[in-house]
Amino acid sequence: MAADRDGPPVVEARGLAKRYGPLAALDGIDLTVPAGQAVVLLGPNGAGKSTLLRLLATLTRPSGGRLRLFGEEVLSSDAGRLRSRIGFLSHQTFLYEHLTGRENLLFYARLYGLSDPERAARAALGAARLSDRQDDRVGAYSRGMQQRLAIARSLLHGPEMILLDEPFTGLDRESSARLEERLRQLRATGRTCVMATHDLDQGLRAADRVLVLRGGRLEFDAPARGLDSARLEALLVTPETAAGPRPL
Amino acid sequence: MTYLRAVLLVAGKDLKVELRSREQLVTLLFFALLVLVVFNFAFDFTVIDFVTLGPGVLWVAFIFSGVLAIGRSFQIEREQDRIQGILLSPIDRSAFYLGKVAATVLFMAAVETLIVPVAVVMFNFHFSGRIALAILALLLNTVGFAAVGTLFAAMTSSTRRGELLLPLLLFPAAVPVALAAVKTTTHILAGRPFAAYGHWLQMSAAYDVIFLAAAVLLFDYVLED
Repeated sequence: MAADRDGPPVVEARGLAKRYGPLAALDGIDLTVPAGQAVVLLGPNGAGKSTLLRLLATLTRPSGGRLRLFGEEVLSSDAGRLRSRIGFLSHQTFLYEHLTGRENLLFYARLYGLSDPERAARAALGAARLSDRQDDRVGAYSRGMQQRLAIARSLLHGPEMILLDEPFTGLDRESSARLEERLRQLRATGRTCVMATHDLDQGLRAADRVLVLRGGRLEFDAPARGLDSARLEALLVTPETAAGPRPL
Repeated sequence: MTYLRAVLLVAGKDLKVELRSREQLVTLLFFALLVLVVFNFAFDFTVIDFVTLGPGVLWVAFIFSGVLAIGRSFQIEREQDRIQGILLSPIDRSAFYLGKVAATVLFMAAVETLIVPVAVVMFNFHFSGRIALAILALLLNTVGFAAVGTLFAAMTSSTRRGELLLPLLLFPAAVPVALAAVKTTTHILAGRPFAAYGHWLQMSAAYDVIFLAAAVLLFDYVLED
């Protein structure tokens, strides 16, 4: 489903915070992501990238601040309705190795309550170029094939926003190139993408906008165009990058 | 998707995965058989009345194999972070819990169905009680154990020492159900009237209702990190 560019921002966070006991995983994030934008999250380990994605996926609740998704307040909205508009892709596939590719997709299609799960699974397998292997168990798939199936799983229900957490981890060069191509196709269809990655080059190629998180704070926010990976690398290794978030 | 369909979908997926892998049932069955064999050698059942020790032996086998089943049930979801895939879907999280309970009850019931006849033969016991009530007692107590076990497994599966924590938390909480299970089974095997153990069955039913209801209400928070 394409994004509604005239509608409310897909993500609107004000002072967003997430604490685990005394540890602040995220601290006062202000962020607005309009529909159709591709955002890459960069930062060292423990910067809060995955926590931010988990908050955006409604997998966890904010400890402070406000978070609105698709114009709806996360804490007071029907979480199920919001989740049906979000896709999530990680380096973990979420797939059951003892089930076939088709059975995995059917299971997820039914979880999302799709009206014709068989048809949706068939179409997704075709898009992933796995139709000829649909009745093989996922345990027999290569890592690249599993990731293609995982992409198909994450897009099965036509989400408006796709969250990607280190999706390139463990992929060989060919599989990475295919995933990049798939991300380009998603951007072309106007979907909103938020991706956390350590790979600066891939991140820059896939995004319209770059965010750098450090210690749970948003330290850098700029359009991807014009940025090169060497400059970003310097930003990431410098202890104090900027005085605060920079406006676009 | 209706709530019931979500429950059945999760339970059906677990059954399908198990039918393919046969990891759980074989392990549970051999573990339960081992318990029977050990007790058979430890006690001379030609001298000791089976009714005195038998219910305890059977429930030791069922409860310990049940712990294995419950632990494995969540371990499967933690591998490849599959649990996130389910939690990201729009289904009610308590439907996921009830689906897991249903699958565990079916696995435990399958083991019980195979182990009870083996025990009857092994211990040369002539059952003269009421079979329907014996099945009811098995079912009520299995549901209670699976209900509380699944709740604690969800809590502990994301922790570093989850497999160690699960029995530590589960056994104290499962004492009422274990007590009711052994008492009811003893009375039924002895062929005593319903009045002698009716209150134990009521207690098992109450335990089931309380833990299922509490878990359904709390499960969303249990899965929060």
